[in-house]
Amino acid sequence: MATPTLEKADEAGAPEPGFADSPYITVTFRIRRFNPEVSEEASWQDFQLEIDPKERVLDALHKIKWELDGSLTFRRSCAHGICGSDAMRINGRNRLACKTLIKDINPEKPITVEAIKGLTVMKDLVVDMEPFFQAYRDVMPFLITTGNEPTRERLQSAEDRERFDDTTKCILCAACTSSCPVFWNDGQYFGPAAIVNAHRFIFDSRDEGGEQRLEILNDKDGVWRCRTTFNCTDACPRGIEVTKAIQEVKRALITRRF
Amino acid sequence: MKIHKYDTVIVGAGGAGMRAAIESTKRSRTAVLTKLYPTRSHTGAAQGGMAAALANVEDDNWEWHTFDTIKGGDYLVDQDAAEILAKEAIDSVLDLEKMGLPFNRTPEGKIDQRRFGGHSRNHGEAPVRRSCYASDRTGHMILQTLYQNCVKEGVEFFNEFYVLDLLLQDVDGVKKSAGVVAYELATGEVHVFQAKSIVFASGGTGKFFKVTSNAHTLTGDGQAAAYRRGLPLEDMEFFQFHPTGIWRMGILLTEGARGEGGILRNKDGERFMEKYAPVMKDLASRDVVSRSIYTEIREGRGCGPEGDHVYLDLTHLPPEQLDAKLPDITEFARTYLGIEPYTDPIPIQPTAHYAMGGIPTNVEGEVLADNTTVVPGLYAAGEVACVSVHGANRLGTNSLLDINVFGRRAGIAAAEYSSTADFVELPENPAEQVVEQVERLRNSTGSERVTEIRKELQECMDANVMVFRTEQTIKTAVEKIGELRERYRNVAIQDKGKRFNTDLLEAIELGNLLDLAEVMAVSALARKESRGGHYREDYPNRDDVNFMRHTMAYREVGADGTESIRLDYKPVVQTRYQPMERKY
Repeated sequence: MATPTLEKADEAGAPEPGFADSPYITVTFRIRRFNPEVSEEASWQDFQLEIDPKERVLDALHKIKWELDGSLTFRRSCAHGICGSDAMRINGRNRLACKTLIKDINPEKPITVEAIKGLTVMKDLVVDMEPFFQAYRDVMPFLITTGNEPTRERLQSAEDRERFDDTTKCILCAACTSSCPVFWNDGQYFGPAAIVNAHRFIFDSRDEGGEQRLEILNDKDGVWRCRTTFNCTDACPRGIEVTKAIQEVKRALITRRF
Repeated sequence: MKIHKYDTVIVGAGGAGMRAAIESTKRSRTAVLTKLYPTRSHTGAAQGGMAAALANVEDDNWEWHTFDTIKGGDYLVDQDAAEILAKEAIDSVLDLEKMGLPFNRTPEGKIDQRRFGGHSRNHGEAPVRRSCYASDRTGHMILQTLYQNCVKEGVEFFNEFYVLDLLLQDVDGVKKSAGVVAYELATGEVHVFQAKSIVFASGGTGKFFKVTSNAHTLTGDGQAAAYRRGLPLEDMEFFQFHPTGIWRMGILLTEGARGEGGILRNKDGERFMEKYAPVMKDLASRDVVSRSIYTEIREGRGCGPEGDHVYLDLTHLPPEQLDAKLPDITEFARTYLGIEPYTDPIPIQPTAHYAMGGIPTNVEGEVLADNTTVVPGLYAAGEVACVSVHGANRLGTNSLLDINVFGRRAGIAAAEYSSTADFVELPENPAEQVVEQVERLRNSTGSERVTEIRKELQECMDANVMVFRTEQTIKTAVEKIGELRERYRNVAIQDKGKRFNTDLLEAIELGNLLDLAEVMAVSALARKESRGGHYREDYPNRDDVNFMRHTMAYREVGADGTESIRLDYKPVVQTRYQPMERKY
């Protein structure tokens, strides 16, 4: 595991990590454990680590798994915020463990880590992602066109391309959907991520399936359930303006212009 | 144990696997088995672009692209395959655009293109704009677009199914594929998938290095499964070190940053690439740039108190350009280093990035059991495979291209094969080996820990078989890996459960890494020359007389059960290009 222990790199005489000015501090991680093979009840477990606060929460979870308790279970892959595997609730807020540095979330106090909400917990920090991906699939998340395909590429102006740029960033990590109070109370709601991915196509000038998608989202479990709490926008690790995208879809439903 | 029957089974759901699945689902009953959810695959980490001589912004053609690919691979490229890659690149990019991929656009609304390392106009005259891109998240957009089209085509996925074994059967003296055995992460259940054709598209193996751009999950599972069943691995000594990984972390910062005008500088602020590559400068091929960086560091011109890195300088580029063209990598610098790339240079070092070698295939994606014999029904594409279009060093943007061109080819070929072939009978007790492996690890009372062995392996690989190698360092690695493989027999895990047992899977992955690390080191030891990504300080020159040939490594098991690696060689396919000295 590489460690991001970088001081301003060109400062002469910067302290070497691991020596007199040790960067390591003691941090308590309070993790919500659940393993139905062991117990039907979930419970909190504390782990104390000596760790460089410039490391990621994911590094801390690895340290626990690799050195203290091999049964601690979570998903991860790329470890730098592009694969979307490790969305979890850290200090009560949805984040990616690999994009959250320990120093940024007050390591003085115990750091709580639990599974994202609104999806069934399978084990520790692992949830059942199937309902989330089902909602995504239900909005027809693919380009719909009619007529013959051109020989070369379809033309699209830079402005038209820019129109839906924000929502192409989505990595389907579920941080937004599982931060939404409406989704917590009713798992039938499509949720922000599915709407974001519908937006990505509705506002793509090449697409001709906008009407169909809008009809799907006009459903009782569609965009009108959104209460504009902005939790989703706050949670998005890609900085997508999720609530704005949902509002744009609502407006498109009213005006039928997109 | 459950048994499933499909015409075609695809192992892996990154770019190559999903591109194959889109073709094969249209033509045959297909299942895709993936250890992750498809959109978690590491194709999504690719940034800079996908090469194709569209000539949208300046003069270009596929012949120049073919030449650059062959030269970039230091003439170890199979030239027939490189020609296919460059020719089919054009339709490959256009296909993705029609599937919905949001490429950046030119003022005329065409797909925009930018410069990238090693891609040149007219056989090396000057850099050419050949990389088709979507901001600095081209891989993400390819992965998303392919997944979207898999949803559209109704591709059947088995998510978090981890393929642990390949079933091969002798039928009238011919080795044929019969199926694969998979472990279901959620339940711990073992599944056998019988299939007429199988496509391996399971990705790379970079996690045996410590500083790497690769995901935790890139552990060479496909290569290891094939190798353990007696199939050869080709050119495993060739591994690419990408010049610009974030210092110590290895996170990739795209070559597109230099394509947009970024400059590498040493501690004196000098643009040192001018010395090593007067024409292409910072856009020389990756092996050349990585060696240049380490030469600067070794000669005392590295940055920082330990002089162990150099800078990627983007400060002279307008912030608007960085925001529009390189938003993700500038954010990585902010998030992980606390550095503002508008005003401060980014500390970087070469990072283990890409396996040029892998399971040998022909241009249809058919897997080879030796230099010429095809394994009927078995295919491979993408980083797991070795076609070989990358030879001794892959050019940037040619891997996103490779997965699309050869993923498509393998998907079509596999489905066509399964439409005419019969199922090969499964061996008696097909899951035996996997069940035994899983139970042994789950019940082991040994004293060795996965984390210790993995750490020692990664440190050994970084120290001994990275950018610079010598007989001595490689021998050190071979010896150390042998010792670690011994210790691995005594490894134990803590989680004994069936449900989501990632502790168990990490142990299995480590076994794969150890096998492949050994193949890599042994192959490197025998190659007494320097070529592309394989640089031997004791043999600093390319030796076309003795080594313009592919390495083929086979696992041999003696009568007493001892394992060894047998090396053989395969000629390079040469068509119109004669090897020349490589200068940038």
